[in-house]
Amino acid sequence: MKTAFQKLPWGPMARMTGRRALFAVPVLLAVTFGVFAIAAASPFDPVKAYAGTAGLTASQENLDQLRVNLGVDQPLAQRWWDWLTSAVRGDLGDSSTLRQPVADVIGERIGWSVLLAATAFLLAILVGTTLGVLAARRPGGWLDRAVTSLAYTLEAAPPFWIGLLAVWLFALKLGVLPSGGLTDTASSTVTAGQIASHLVLPAAVLAISQLPWFVLYVRQGVGDALGDDPVRGARARGLAERTVLLGHALRSGMLPVLTLIGSRVPELITGALLVETVFSWPGIAAATVSAATAVDFPLLAALTVLATAAVLLGNLLADLLYGLADPRVGFDG
Amino acid sequence: MADTTWRASLGGAAENRSTRAWRVGSSAVIVAAVVLAVLVVPPLVNLDEQAVNLAAKLRPPSREHPFGTDDVGRDLLLRCVYGLRVSLLVGVVAAVVATVIGTAVGALAAATGGWVDRVVMRLVDVFSSVPHLLLGIFIVAMFRPGVWPVVISVALTHWLSTARIVRAEVLSLRSRPYVDAAISGGASRTRVIVRHLLPGVLPQAGLAAVLMVPHAIWHESALSFLGLGLPTHQASLGTLVQSARGSLLAGDWWPTLFPGLFIIVPTLAIAGLAGAWRERINPRRRSELML
Repeated sequence: MKTAFQKLPWGPMARMTGRRALFAVPVLLAVTFGVFAIAAASPFDPVKAYAGTAGLTASQENLDQLRVNLGVDQPLAQRWWDWLTSAVRGDLGDSSTLRQPVADVIGERIGWSVLLAATAFLLAILVGTTLGVLAARRPGGWLDRAVTSLAYTLEAAPPFWIGLLAVWLFALKLGVLPSGGLTDTASSTVTAGQIASHLVLPAAVLAISQLPWFVLYVRQGVGDALGDDPVRGARARGLAERTVLLGHALRSGMLPVLTLIGSRVPELITGALLVETVFSWPGIAAATVSAATAVDFPLLAALTVLATAAVLLGNLLADLLYGLADPRVGFDG
Repeated sequence: MADTTWRASLGGAAENRSTRAWRVGSSAVIVAAVVLAVLVVPPLVNLDEQAVNLAAKLRPPSREHPFGTDDVGRDLLLRCVYGLRVSLLVGVVAAVVATVIGTAVGALAAATGGWVDRVVMRLVDVFSSVPHLLLGIFIVAMFRPGVWPVVISVALTHWLSTARIVRAEVLSLRSRPYVDAAISGGASRTRVIVRHLLPGVLPQAGLAAVLMVPHAIWHESALSFLGLGLPTHQASLGTLVQSARGSLLAGDWWPTLFPGLFIIVPTLAIAGLAGAWRERINPRRRSELML
């Protein structure tokens, strides 16, 4: 007797993953090259960025020596190739602002970003499903109109603005939650309780920025499912409204929505860039923004490539889930 | 794909005729008011929005200053109108540039076909794999400071969906009999594209451009808020929120609240109008557009 786990179509799924990995290689190569090409076309000078304020007083000789040491005198393709070959070996260069290997910066911070994003996403799924189902029950009713209007408004509202207003309300006026950071400034140790209380506001704001899409899709999915034959059949059999709504309509309406989650990675990254900055969350998105402010090219380049890889991974996840959820789609993409 | 979802989702909901008329009407009024405020107020009022008045700093909203004043006593209503002007200008220019790029690329890919089409659309896929705001941040970080890097960064990250829409539209137009007739009549490829294909895609491209304006404003404000966009003295909606942070942490909410509302309300109004336009140019696809 095979378990359900063993019955999954592992072969086709593995083949799809392999094909996508092959496709990801040229995409990532193109993105890294694009990053170098943009930098080469810009007025940005890595020597000045590396030398910082010392560069203002350094002699031309020293600057020229630095230029050779950094390999900036090489042509674009050569610099790109050097970066790429050391990146494959695990050396992403040194961050010019943090004076630390880029790989270490990423390693220290990525966990906090994943924690924030995962919490926010779970919250968005829970709240979004609830609101979407409530709205779908009576299309055009007052609840539906209220929920959809709220969703459109939240979609138009910039997450950083919501974040700032949340800080004003919850941290300043009500004084119930901390306004930012990971721990209280007075404390030197990191405790789970402190992290949890510092996580509430950023996670809620990030969840709110992801909510509209989710609410509108669940509303549409469940609304469509409510008109389908299985639901009408269930109603005709006299099942309770609750069973029909949650057991039949939600199940078939949610499936396509859940499979799309992986494709939301770009929006999640966009939201995290803004939310982490507002709340001084020590994650990777906040590091991206400070790297951009300080024109820290090695860090910025690595983070752009990392984000692209995350997007491709999300797309793969979405397609795998979709193939599992709807066997008609299969794993050919 | 994510981008089109964003747009489509701002479209319409299940609603009856009168609420729809009300929505379109109010959207039109708001858009008209925005255009009027942006074009007419600055020359007419002839007030200096930069005028500092330290005696009246951080006044809460009152009859004299409906939106209150900021931390150096500048009137926030005036600042918001000027900010909207700059943001709208950046948004419109970026949307036009992005639409021109997207239409050119999409039409070229579809009309040429073959390996050009495949290579171009693969490049579009590559571009879409980088999150928009991140690519925008990267471009602005390398080229800043100034208005043009922001415009270019927003335009370069937003032409992708237009290229896809235009390509699909041209592909469907290309199989129409009148195009076959033109080709067999000896029309050159350029003439077929310019005379027969482009006019057919213009409504779609125009719609995409209009819907891109709020998106571009959103991006400009996000970049400016992160300190990577327009310089702080230039009032845009993003820089207004950015420079209000200090006052907000001191407990004064109005310098933050109003610029944000100036982003939300025009966005909803433009989306409302564009939704009505979209239903008019392709009524068949209405069910898809509900999302």
